[in-house]
Amino acid sequence: MVATQILVDGFVVSALYGLGAIGFTIIFGVSGVLNLAHGGIMVIAAMIAWYVAGTLELGRYGGALAGVAAGVLAAYVTYYLVVRPIKRSRKIAEEEKEIFILTATLLWGIMIQEAIAYFFTSNPINVPPMIGGVANMLGVRTPSNELLIAAVSWLVIFLLWLFVNRTKLGRSVLAAAINPRGLALLGFDLGRIEIVVWGLYGLLAGIAGVLLATFLGASSDDIGDLTGSAFSIVVFGGLGSVPGSLLAAYIIGYFETTTAYLVTPSIREMPALVLLILVLYLRPQGLLGRR
Amino acid sequence: MSSTLRRLVTALAFAGCAALACGGLSLSSTPAAAASKTPINIGVVAPFSAIDGASIINAAQLAADDINAHGGIDGRPVKIFTYDDHASSTDGVRAFQRAVNEDHVVALVGVWISEVALAMEPWSGRLKTPFIIVGAASTDIPKHVHDDYKDYKYTFHLWLNSAFLADSVCDSSRDLLVKKFGYKTTVVMSEDAAWTKPLDAEYLNCLPKAGLKVLDHIRFSPDTTDFTPIFNKIEAKHPDVVITGIAHVGLKPTVQWHDQQVPFLMAGISAQASASTFWKQTNGATEGIITETAASRGAAITPKTVPFTDAYTKRFGTTPAYDAYSTDDAFYVLKAAIERVHSTNADKLVDALEKTDYVGTIGHVAFYPPNHPYAHGMKYGKSDITGIMIQWQHGEQVPIWPESVAKAQIIFPSFVKKTASK
Repeated sequence: MVATQILVDGFVVSALYGLGAIGFTIIFGVSGVLNLAHGGIMVIAAMIAWYVAGTLELGRYGGALAGVAAGVLAAYVTYYLVVRPIKRSRKIAEEEKEIFILTATLLWGIMIQEAIAYFFTSNPINVPPMIGGVANMLGVRTPSNELLIAAVSWLVIFLLWLFVNRTKLGRSVLAAAINPRGLALLGFDLGRIEIVVWGLYGLLAGIAGVLLATFLGASSDDIGDLTGSAFSIVVFGGLGSVPGSLLAAYIIGYFETTTAYLVTPSIREMPALVLLILVLYLRPQGLLGRR
Repeated sequence: MSSTLRRLVTALAFAGCAALACGGLSLSSTPAAAASKTPINIGVVAPFSAIDGASIINAAQLAADDINAHGGIDGRPVKIFTYDDHASSTDGVRAFQRAVNEDHVVALVGVWISEVALAMEPWSGRLKTPFIIVGAASTDIPKHVHDDYKDYKYTFHLWLNSAFLADSVCDSSRDLLVKKFGYKTTVVMSEDAAWTKPLDAEYLNCLPKAGLKVLDHIRFSPDTTDFTPIFNKIEAKHPDVVITGIAHVGLKPTVQWHDQQVPFLMAGISAQASASTFWKQTNGATEGIITETAASRGAAITPKTVPFTDAYTKRFGTTPAYDAYSTDDAFYVLKAAIERVHSTNADKLVDALEKTDYVGTIGHVAFYPPNHPYAHGMKYGKSDITGIMIQWQHGEQVPIWPESVAKAQIIFPSFVKKTASK
């Protein structure tokens, strides 16, 4: 009984973790940016979805769409306002840019957190579930919405795979992730690819933020935790590797769920963090990392 | 921010006045008349961005405006200074120091989190400033006053402490669940915090006396994200009802209880569910939740309850949380004390506050004497204050206990079983 509980619950949590982390790893691969405002973008999407669905009364689907759109917008604002000026700056030495972007996105994330707390308070909100009711999964009473979350997460990942492997634009994104400089030498416009990637990133973070808030709720206080968990999953899986991130999301998701059920929910994250430290000791490039 | 701005404007006006040599004018008015118009400064401390913190600030504003519209305190206007403690002890203590040293407040009202209140409490003695705690519930607050009266006597606790809150939940559970539906068993589920330690101790003591056998006692971390494992563990014990002690958390357990259709009632204390904004934040998942609170719309505990609720709702667009009521009462208790001794001297105020005998929005407010274990704590009982139980029914907070204010019977969400386990 507990085993099936862990199986079902862990799958949903892991699918969400995976979705949240993929965008994070892609912009690192293509743009070389570790976006520490990641959690902020997810929570913006969740808050807008809640606001549009509830206060503006545009329905749960209207809310979800507006939330995802807000995620894309927030990603572009982050890119144009925070990341690009540093990348293009002549006053900052090339080798210091990475640390400047890291600091800038961290501060940007804190600004987002304060702004959300100011406008929406720091109380958690819950985005209306896309579907109601519960389903019986292997004898476990599971809200249908959680099954939908898992299905949507995998559908999005599949569509991403199609995009990257089956379209010309997608292939150039993949190539940029593997070797940006080589692509530039071939005459591709890296700036254009970056714009595509940041949009893609906003889309993924937005969907993850909205889905997460239908399941566990969201508040400005969660922003640091969300960034932290995406960061550890991506480092664990190998920076820049999409399959690595997915694998890591499932390992961490199941590790946490098992701990919560078999030990206590109070130390849910702890064993996974210990595992992460071990991986960093033994295999610093992460599970499937190449850098 | 705004108080800084106001001070700046005052300073500029003063400077301008001096430049225009209008000092002679102000000298011409009698000093006594000028003194009588000096405002009485009162500090208000709360975490602004929490539901229960915002309601303290709102209620303070409302009370101050109302007092000023009716002649002020002893003929002097009230001026409030608000401080955001961000639910942090350090910020709370800093606010206390700033309020006394820079803003010259004569008393401080507020504080929602027990940990913050306990950190600030010694400063009321060190800074010799009356401090009325209206939201935090730890039993240690009045206990400190009893144990070290000389240093702690400036602190007053105008809200039920955790042990009384538990008694209120036990009494109402006996009347509502045991007597009416034959409920026999329960599981206690509380967040790990200072206020729930005495709460849980009293739950474990008084629930069996009320007729509910406690099958399990769960304390969870306020950081808990997913409550599914906890609900599963509880469900395996088959309790008739879960008795809660939650305030720092509220949304997650409520929404997951609803979405996962966990088949038992949730009753007890769910502090965030005492404000009407909770309905929107949970998208209505709070339907069926039962919580203890100070008062509620439509529960005419005293003649002051309903007018206050209406005035608050009209001005802020949301119903008051429990500590809005106690904040309003604190301002009037303070007003009565100052007017009794015609002074804002701290020691005189303490004496006057000890003699408090005031019918407020939540009932008859009086404090226990210094030799009582809950010295300066608010008196609990049928002739004083018991709090009330409300249930979320069709989007409204409906009073269901005590009988004198009850407006409806308990309803059961479709997924909750009504009858007791055999």
